[in-house]
Amino acid sequence: MADCVFVVAEFRGGDFRRVSYEVASEGRKIADALGVSLYGIAVGSGVTDKASQLGFYGVDKVFVADDPALESYVAETYVPVIASIIEQADPAAVLLAASVDGKDLSARLAARLEAGLAQDCTEVVCEDGALKAKRPIFAGKCLAWCEWAEDALPMISCRPNVMDCRDADATREAEVEAVAVEIPEARSRATGLELDTSGKVELTEAEIIVSGGRGMKASENFSILEELATELGAAVGASRAAVDAGWRPHSDQVGQTGKVVNPNLYIAVGISGAIQHLAGMGSSKYIVAVNKDPEAPIFTKADYGVVEDLFKFVPAFTEEVRKMKSTC
Amino acid sequence: MNIVVLLKQTPDTESVIRIADDGQSIVTDDLKWIINPYDEFAVEAALRLKEKHGGTVTIVSYGPQRVVESIRTAMAMGADKGVLIDDPALEGADSLGVSRALAAAVKELEPDIVLCGSRAVDYDQAQRGPMVAEWLEWPHLGLAVALDSDGSTVTIERPIEGGKVTLEAELPALVTMGGSHAVWNPRYASLPGIMKAKKKPLEVKTLADLGLDPAECGEEAAKIRIVSLEMPPERQAGRIIDDGLDTEGKAAELVRALHEEAKVI
Ligand SMILES: Cc1cc2nc3c(=O)[nH]c(=O)nc-3n(C[C@H](O)[C@H](O)[C@H](O)COP(=O)(O)OP(=O)(O)OC[C@H]3O[C@@H](n4cnc5c(N)ncnc54)[C@H](O)[C@@H]3O)c2cc1C
Repeated sequence: MADCVFVVAEFRGGDFRRVSYEVASEGRKIADALGVSLYGIAVGSGVTDKASQLGFYGVDKVFVADDPALESYVAETYVPVIASIIEQADPAAVLLAASVDGKDLSARLAARLEAGLAQDCTEVVCEDGALKAKRPIFAGKCLAWCEWAEDALPMISCRPNVMDCRDADATREAEVEAVAVEIPEARSRATGLELDTSGKVELTEAEIIVSGGRGMKASENFSILEELATELGAAVGASRAAVDAGWRPHSDQVGQTGKVVNPNLYIAVGISGAIQHLAGMGSSKYIVAVNKDPEAPIFTKADYGVVEDLFKFVPAFTEEVRKMKSTC
Repeated sequence: MNIVVLLKQTPDTESVIRIADDGQSIVTDDLKWIINPYDEFAVEAALRLKEKHGGTVTIVSYGPQRVVESIRTAMAMGADKGVLIDDPALEGADSLGVSRALAAAVKELEPDIVLCGSRAVDYDQAQRGPMVAEWLEWPHLGLAVALDSDGSTVTIERPIEGGKVTLEAELPALVTMGGSHAVWNPRYASLPGIMKAKKKPLEVKTLADLGLDPAECGEEAAKIRIVSLEMPPERQAGRIIDDGLDTEGKAAELVRALHEEAKVI
């Protein structure tokens, strides 16, 4: 009989990433449904001090692999360390974050453990002790429900920003157990880690996104979107047309060959709404479109549309947001 | 340099996806097929490595005969040869099974480096590359937006949330490709390239040819499977904010709606 559910936390820049709390919350739900304990795995350099805080989000006990050599995620070193912790128990499921590192780790770990992996899930349910997971395919044009073979270990990576996160309960610290870290000799390594300290909001984790397309006409015009984004605490995204034109970095591209995002609010400015773009942002809770062409397909998906010249409308909108914020 | 690219054929990104009568698969009759864009980036990166170091680029793919067209397209871009694993036993296989078959085909080729997309734009599994590397017991580096090799090591830049990492591996190693068209700018096939591609060697293999038993990588070995598909809730066109308002009026009304109705700002 399985005795636990595992959640693998992600530690970067001295703290756990928010998505790890979402994963822990989801793990708690599943562990309760199955009547087993929730174990955490925390890997990194200097992670010991923070480990007990995973308890705030429902983890009962955390296994910690703390070593300077584990500063950055490298598959070849992380996978054996995490696999050896999981192999000590008989888990009913392993949950991870479908973050950049989490997706890469999940895939290799699944091969190591010969587990069935449902990547980037948006919902997990437990029916009569069996798990079922839902994941978007074709960049969200369709949704797939997955089930596991009877003898299989279910592995689930959870899409950031989707699953409910419990309120932190600071009275609930997790038990912490340090594991002896044996890092195998590796033929790969991280040679540089550059963290952006400007406080820029990550697209895949943003609550609000302001995106610009070909209608922005030039790189420097994005300053009006940056200003709006600053007022809203939003991240700035782009269509492929804007990225291909060299106006924005590739990491800003939203769509089927860019990032798939799911904010509360997506404001599409000067974007026509091509199928590949819609695939990347169609699951946003609210969509606003600003476009001078009333026939632009984006309006068929938008909750609120404004038919205006963006160069006139965006500054006026920013000003109104500012006014609203100052009176709130 | 002996370079292998893992290539998957996927429906065109323009495709409208419809659920088939079985409720578990999609309608494929009227689809146009393309090289998975991220694998196309891998073909481009492979050709650049070949231009720098010499050697060969071999495409390794799996799927039915229609995949030949995509392999020929990669050859028209400049790849030298191809291997297609075409075996009905792989239908219903999960990522573990497919990656086992791919790894077996790669092993026979003894490459210095394997490149492939970080994900495919159809089922978005993001599993194949790391799994193949695990079966080969090789290091892998994921989500490259820049790639360079001196012939004995490979270095990539990997974007992560809020930053980037530089990673390095000794060869042989596997690299998965991230980025976008703007980063890799994959070349088009030239007309002479298309002519030459027709004569380039393409081997078709079954699981048995690779020394694999369907019981270890086919449907019966699958640990996970899709049991049903559903369409996401259809989005309805909402409200166009007009009411004869001027620009400022519309801006104010949009702020009000987002603040009071949607409660998102
Ligand atoms: C394999 C493949 C993958 C792709 N992947 C992606 C992807 O991941 N993401 C993506 O976005 N696209 C992707 N595309 C491209 C996609 O098909 C479209 O070409 C692209 O999304 C168009 O970008 P756009 O809406 O900014 O530009 P356009 O379609 O040119 O639209 C510009 C819009 O701006 C409006 N406009 C112009 N001036 C103003 C103004 N002054 N005020 C207000 N409105 C104005 C116009 O009315 C128009 O609607 C992909 C294509 C392919 C083939």
